Amino acid sequence: MHSEAHETSKHVRIYWIIGVALYIGTVITVAVNQVHLAVPYAVTVALLVASTKGYLVASVFMHLNHEKKWIYGALLLTVVFFIVLMSVPIFTMMDTIGTPTVREVSTGAAHPGAAPEGH
Amino acid sequence: MNIPYTVEERPDTGLANGKLGIWLFLASEVMLFGALFSTYIILRTGSVEWPHGELNIWLGMINTFILIGSSVTMVMAWASLKLNDWGKHRLYLILTFALAAIFLVNKYIEYSDHIARGEYPSHSTFVALYFTMTGLHGLHILGGMIVMAYFIGPGQKLYKTNREQFVNRIEYTGLYWHFVDLVWIFLFPVLYLL
Repeated sequence: MHSEAHETSKHVRIYWIIGVALYIGTVITVAVNQVHLAVPYAVTVALLVASTKGYLVASVFMHLNHEKKWIYGALLLTVVFFIVLMSVPIFTMMDTIGTPTVREVSTGAAHPGAAPEGH
Repeated sequence: MNIPYTVEERPDTGLANGKLGIWLFLASEVMLFGALFSTYIILRTGSVEWPHGELNIWLGMINTFILIGSSVTMVMAWASLKLNDWGKHRLYLILTFALAAIFLVNKYIEYSDHIARGEYPSHSTFVALYFTMTGLHGLHILGGMIVMAYFIGPGQKLYKTNREQFVNRIEYTGLYWHFVDLVWIFLFPVLYLL
């Protein structure tokens, strides 16, 4: 019990340091936004900083840096399904159902009644 | 009837039931907010143009500071219990509750401003997304505040009768609260900055 209290008092310092790091991360995100970078760079920087902050919160505040394997197992499944969920926008772009092929467009089969290209 | 494994760890999982329970709940929450973020990506990539500067960045930044601060005070409320410092635990838990309330007041100011300008969810896709995502997040803040109010008020009695169980409950509340902070860490840049 005594050693547990000692261990916790060591962590208390880390909690405050992480808090300051999260504040600095927020300031960096807003400062980069004020520079008006090109959209791809702005998105990359903002998501990188947000991911770093998220990692700090999850690993230190939520104690994920030393958890039991059942929790890691549950979260691994969550990560897999989260990736699938985030891939849905990509799947919608890959989806060609209902989109006329080049052959259909050139023969006019895509829009019956419309004249084929080149005629 | 006593519910088993509220304090002691189960031999098969090595966890108290509440700990595994809150993580499974948070896993479902990841999917809930994940669906909204996925929707955001679809709508944004599919739109011809996307508004910039619609939201008050500084108010959003202040709210980010407030939520981060509340995460620190929440983890300190739990750590204080581990250090057997009841007074500090109370202080940090009340501080967390107060910071959550300030966050919601700021959100109210933001919402009022939008509504005064006629920017209801039907105004545009962006505003609809803004109200949906921040509204759902705000409801989570409110939920956390209700739980905290319980432990500040009537729920504190448990500390005298079953100290370990009370400490565990504060830990689970903290896990939920850090998750709510984590969601905002992504909501802020996605809605306010990009």
